[in-house]
This record gives sequence, structure tokens and C-alpha cells, in this order.
Amino acid sequence: MTQRKAVALISGGLDSLLAVRVMQEQGIHVEGINFFTGFCVEGHTHAIRKKDQKKPKRNNALWCAEQLGIKLHIIDIIDEYKQVVFNPKHGYGANLNPCLDCKVFMVKKAKEWMQAHGFDFIISGEVVGQRPMSQRKDTMPVVQRESGIDDRLLRPLSGKNLPPTLPEREGWISRDGLYDFSGRSRKPQMALAKQFGFEDYAQPAGGCCFLTDAQYSVKLADLWNSRGSKEYELDDIMLLKVGRHIRPATHYKLIVAREEGESNFLKGYKKQYPHMRCTSHGGPLTLIDGDMSEDELQQAARIVARYSQGKNTPQVELEFVTIAGEVTPMSVEPMPPAEIPKEWVL
Amino acid sequence: MSRERLDCHRLLCPMPVIKTQDRIATMQPGDELEVVCTDPGALNDIPAWSRINGHQVLETTTRDGEYIVVVRVCQE
Ligand code: SF4
Repeated sequence: MTQRKAVALISGGLDSLLAVRVMQEQGIHVEGINFFTGFCVEGHTHAIRKKDQKKPKRNNALWCAEQLGIKLHIIDIIDEYKQVVFNPKHGYGANLNPCLDCKVFMVKKAKEWMQAHGFDFIISGEVVGQRPMSQRKDTMPVVQRESGIDDRLLRPLSGKNLPPTLPEREGWISRDGLYDFSGRSRKPQMALAKQFGFEDYAQPAGGCCFLTDAQYSVKLADLWNSRGSKEYELDDIMLLKVGRHIRPATHYKLIVAREEGESNFLKGYKKQYPHMRCTSHGGPLTLIDGDMSEDELQQAARIVARYSQGKNTPQVELEFVTIAGEVTPMSVEPMPPAEIPKEWVL
Repeated sequence: MSRERLDCHRLLCPMPVIKTQDRIATMQPGDELEVVCTDPGALNDIPAWSRINGHQVLETTTRDGEYIVVVRVCQE
């Protein structure tokens, strides 16, 4: 009998890890696919911050693949994914997360990969009732229908709660070996992980990407609002993960590093954005996104000074540096915190 | 047999891994790829990616805020 091949959607969380393992138990050859949208929550994105640098910096999808002994194909879908974020047919979840459209899109991409590489079906770690938008009994068939994958999508952890799929009907796998997990409880997954001997797996809170994060969504909505249209580049959405974002006017905002790790990270953007740095005191590197008038330049400098170690002194010296590297020295009075309206701080 | 260099300055993981994966797909067994990154995460991720895909990491070095991983392409 030919060995059947499945491609697994690997997010890096426990569910996809278990789903693959369950299929391996049934003799299926599995390879993983992981999509990079630009919004994915990565261990190292947090590790930009110095205080987080002691935590292990690992990519959870790669880690899962290594535990499972499978190949992992990481695919950059940054550009194509924009349409999903801009115009989700099924709308957004609690924040700017278009989960249902996102799932349809990813399954569709995985299907293309499956066909191009001669694989037989797709597996995903989804569990019925686990997530409010994309993992409901009534929305799961939507993913199958709209992606065109139909019954070649198998969810091993909830398989017994769902109609039989092609791999079951064809006898490639046995339905008895599937599970009947449902709902939000993580206990059955944790018990199964223990049974398989998995330890130290990632347990993401909330969703798998930054779009489920309320504060991140506020910053993204602000970016669209300031540009007058929904658009973004990878640098934009990366920068939304870093620093304090302060918008004194629609046409410009400041990205103020919160600590040394972020300052170092923002330094990498000095050729794309003008920046300010304090020279008389220690202070954060600040990028400026947008164009400013002379008055606004003064205003921006006073805000930056407020976040420097000279915030309680009468005068702080700074430098404003353009993309071309032209330096303008400045001397300003730090803005008192009470003068910075709450709405400016995103 | 050749040695190529891949510039991943400023790219955050997993982009250096994706670039490495895509470049190696165009190379021959025995070739070497030197990946130069600024995200320290690459020091973990590129070796992890190499292990699961059967390629060999020849060296990893850190200097002046750059993280360099040299991978030898092996037969799939
Ligand atoms: S949390 Fe993000 S990555 Fe996960 S399904 Fe929702 S939109 Fe997609």
C-alpha cells in the first residue's frame, strides 16, 4: 500500500503538535507548513526588549517540527495576506483579527502546496468550539467550502465530532484513532501531550497573531486612519510591535523606544525614518513617521525630552537627524506629562 | 561547489529562515551559504531549520551586532 502524505498547518502551538503526532501514529507521512503573515507572534519579537532577552529565543513552529521529526516549509504570504486584513468577507473578531477569512486563506494556500507536491490531504489542529470565530461547528464547514479543500481537510483532535473525511472513507486512516475534543478546556490536550511525552510546548494566550491584541489593533487602526486608507508595509507592522507610539497630529507620529533593547532595534531604521536622540542626557531613540512643520519639530523634541533622563531639568539638548544624516542640534524644555493628552499615546 | 552570501540585515525572524530556505532550494549539495543577520534569533532558528531539513551548520559566529551562520547544503 502506498504511504499517504499529509501536509499539516503548523502554528507552533500544542494543538498542531498533537494533531501531527496522532497522524504519525497511523503511519501517515507528514510535512508541516507554516505561514508568515507579518503579524505572527514570535518569541523573538518580544525578545527585542532587553528584559525579555533571557527567555529562550526559539521559533515555535520549527521547534514543533523538530520534536515531530518532520520537515517544515515556512512560507512568506505577507503581500497576499493584506487583502485578508483589509477586506475580510466574514468581518473581524473582537479586534482586527479576521480569523475566519484567515483560516480560509491559509487552507487554500496549503491546498495549492498539497497539489503541487503530490500530497493527499491537509491536517489542522483545530478543535470544535475552541475559538469564538473560526473554530465553531457552523464555521468549520465554511473553511472547507470556501477554500475548496472539502473533505480533504482533517482535524484529528476533533475528528470524531465531525463528519467523516476522505482519508477516513478511503481507509487511509482509522476514525477510531481520532479524538473527540471540543470546547475551550485545554485539559484533554495537556493529557495527550503527557501521553506522547511532549514537554515545554508553547501555550499562547489568545490567538496566534498580533491582530487579536487590542492595543496592537488600536495602533494599526491609527495607521490606516492617518494614511487615509488601509495599507501597510512589513516595516510598518513590525514597528507597531515596538516602542511607545505617540501621535500629536494626523500627519506624524513618534515611535519612542521604551528601553535599550528597543533603542537598538529602532537604530536599524535610521535610514528609513528621521530620528531624534538626546545628547545632554540618556534618553530613548525616537523615530519620526511623517512630515512636520518647524513648530511641530519643537513639539516633538519636547516630547522626546520628556522621556529622557533630563525630564526634570529645565533644558535638554537633542539632535534631529534626517534620513540623509543631516544633523540639527536642538535645545528644548521637556514637556510636562500633563501637557501630553492621553489620546496622543496609542 | 560554491559559497554564497545572504544579507539578512534588519530582517526579523522568521524572515532570515525563509530567505535561507528559498536560497538553499536553488543551490547544489556541497555548496555553502553564509547568512548574515542582525536578529540574534537567527542563531537558533537557522540551525533548527537546517537540522530538520538535513543540512549541516558549519559555524555560527557573533561579531559587532552581526550574527553569521554558515550552512552546507546536503542531499535531501
Ligand atoms: S489569530 Fe491571527 S493568525 Fe490566527 S486565525 Fe486569527 S487572524 Fe489568523
